[in-house]
Amino acid sequence: MATNVYDAIVVGSGISGGWAAKELCEKGLKTIMLERGRDVKHVKDYVSANKELWQFPHRGGRTQQMIEDYPVLKRDYPLNEMNLDFWVNEKESPYTETKRFDWFRGYHVGGRSLTWGRQSYRFSDLDFEANAKEGIGVDWPIRYKDIAPWYSYAEKFAGVSGNRDGLPQLPDGDFQPPMELNCVEKDVADRIKAHWKGQRLLTIGRTANITQPLTGRTNCQYRNKCWLGCPFGAYFSTQSSTLPAAEKTGNLTLRPWSIVKEIIYDKDTGLAKGVRIVDAQDNKTYDYFAKVIFLNASAMNSTWVLMNSATDIWPDGLGSSSGELGHNLMDHHFRLGASGRAEGYDDKYYYGRRPNGIYIPRFQNVGSDKRDYLRGFGYQGSASRQGWNRDVAEMAIGGDFKDALGEPGPWTMGITAFGEILPYHENRISLDKTKKDKWGLPVLAIDATIRENEEKMRKDMTGEAVAMLEAAGLKDVKPFDNTYYMGQGIHEMGTARMGRDPKTSVLNGNNQVWDAPNVFLTDGACMTSAACVNPSLTYMALTARAADYAVKELKKGTFDKVRLQA
Amino acid sequence: MNRREAVQHIALLLGGAMVGSSALLTGCKTETGKPTEWKPEDIAYLDEIADTILPTTGTPGAKAAQVGQFMTVMVNDCYEERDQKVFREGMDKLNALAKDKHDNVFVQLTPQQRHELLVALDAEQKDYAGKKKPEDPAHYFRMMKELTLLGYFTSEIGSTQARRHIPVPGSYKGCVPYQKGEKAYT
Repeated sequence: MATNVYDAIVVGSGISGGWAAKELCEKGLKTIMLERGRDVKHVKDYVSANKELWQFPHRGGRTQQMIEDYPVLKRDYPLNEMNLDFWVNEKESPYTETKRFDWFRGYHVGGRSLTWGRQSYRFSDLDFEANAKEGIGVDWPIRYKDIAPWYSYAEKFAGVSGNRDGLPQLPDGDFQPPMELNCVEKDVADRIKAHWKGQRLLTIGRTANITQPLTGRTNCQYRNKCWLGCPFGAYFSTQSSTLPAAEKTGNLTLRPWSIVKEIIYDKDTGLAKGVRIVDAQDNKTYDYFAKVIFLNASAMNSTWVLMNSATDIWPDGLGSSSGELGHNLMDHHFRLGASGRAEGYDDKYYYGRRPNGIYIPRFQNVGSDKRDYLRGFGYQGSASRQGWNRDVAEMAIGGDFKDALGEPGPWTMGITAFGEILPYHENRISLDKTKKDKWGLPVLAIDATIRENEEKMRKDMTGEAVAMLEAAGLKDVKPFDNTYYMGQGIHEMGTARMGRDPKTSVLNGNNQVWDAPNVFLTDGACMTSAACVNPSLTYMALTARAADYAVKELKKGTFDKVRLQA
Repeated sequence: MNRREAVQHIALLLGGAMVGSSALLTGCKTETGKPTEWKPEDIAYLDEIADTILPTTGTPGAKAAQVGQFMTVMVNDCYEERDQKVFREGMDKLNALAKDKHDNVFVQLTPQQRHELLVALDAEQKDYAGKKKPEDPAHYFRMMKELTLLGYFTSEIGSTQARRHIPVPGSYKGCVPYQKGEKAYT
């Protein structure tokens, strides 16, 4: 067997790519995982993980040079001195903003699994049925029962801690023990429950931080430094979880610095036979062949690969026969909510830095609740005592001022809404062939915006936040809206949606590209709708499910006619 | 830091946005400042300003935490040119004020004189902050105070002596008793 022939190819090493590699390797397939960026070794390459804030010259902040070098990342909190090496070099990899789109990328082994927010929620049938019921986009080709066992499978392996709340719109999972609410959060939870007679609920965030040890991983130590990489492996990442599992099988080859530029499509068989890469270091082209290909390059980049593939047959790329490739781009809109002060807790505090907050599940358009917009939102937030950066109104400077700031300040609580964005055909990405990246490859142009439904929802997101915090007895409750631009949720979804009909969707119900069924796409690109919950757990479940299906088909001989050569 | 914290507390300091942070968040083009030379006496002067804002009490003050040096690094690397100028000119203005009031430069004043001067200046900057247009630069003393607080409380002294720092807490307890006077956890 030639060295460039494998049983399976996985494009990308982030959350979904890592899962694909693990599943395929564990099922006995010789698998190569191609990652466009550098390698990042677990623990060893977490260069800032054990540094203290005072060891950074700008104490974690941003310099003018960084602001110049990262014109996109600087637009929000991710630009900082501590984990700059976990974000893409923007000068090497530009893109075009037809409308402003904040695209925060991580081009290295592990991708954004190293920096993700770790909140892990299941979709429900409220989400899977919504498009069909409301006549929006196309119907999901799956229902909750199809994915539920795979959610369990993903949660048990990844390690998701959380509370079982018994809500139909936010199904319970196979959780590790939940983290604790603090005193204020507990009382706010009780008051919300009482005020809305159980119709609204505040619970602890369901997070992929483990509270009990798993193989090779220590439970959370409450440092709250997750996004620097965790030396304890206490949160799910490719490095802490799926990569060691894949490597343990002896079936994995990991090739960093491998930019997949296209899928090699064989029109005689109607199947793909491999991928063509540009080596990011020597700039040479190499081909890899396999009967099964998993595309997990992150939502927009997986679609970019398809757009550059089989263009001799379909000028707009593999999967474009539906007219939907590149369309229906989604994210979650947020950056608004409310905050207030909690009185009467001066004798209460907390110990440890919990890398998790509270969650208020969606209650709008649930059951008999009806709003003047479709879908809904949930809130994330936390209560805490203010730190040294607070204002002390009656004090200016001096020793008393200093000692006061060294003590915990008043309790405050803030909640931020995260809402669903509908799949609009007009929200799209396309190739901008006038602009090239460092390797001479065309870049993406992004043209997307939120519309009337989201704008209506946003009014409700601040209004309900104020109402709930006030009902919970907080003082000086004030709404905030820091304005939202597409992309800031870092939940890019859509552009190669799943569906029931090849005429209106790019992928079928098993995440196969209709036009090349041995190509499986299981990252955010596949999403038919966005729901309002954090999506990564759904990518994990869909990936494990698709890998299981792919291997069964492979063993049945479905992909036998693939010709593994140039 | 994570998104949940960031959206609520982004670059907030002393009840307002930190110097330079509004431009960062809106994505405005700012002029990158050129690093300026700082003499040892500049750093000594800034140390005295910082130590007047956060003096030694039961715990060491800002000078011990080398906040003067920190301020020069931040002004050089993180401030845009316009704010660098305000900061540098502010150092001269403060000395002019000291001479005007007490016939001597700031570092030669008694601790009591320094304290009174900066209390008055803090009232001035608060007043200015309430009146200024959003695009106007911050008051120079606001910059000095911000950098002093940031530099001190994120220093080793400010983290481990002025507050309680437990590198690896090992557990989370959501509700523990607190008595006034106990230091905050980092």
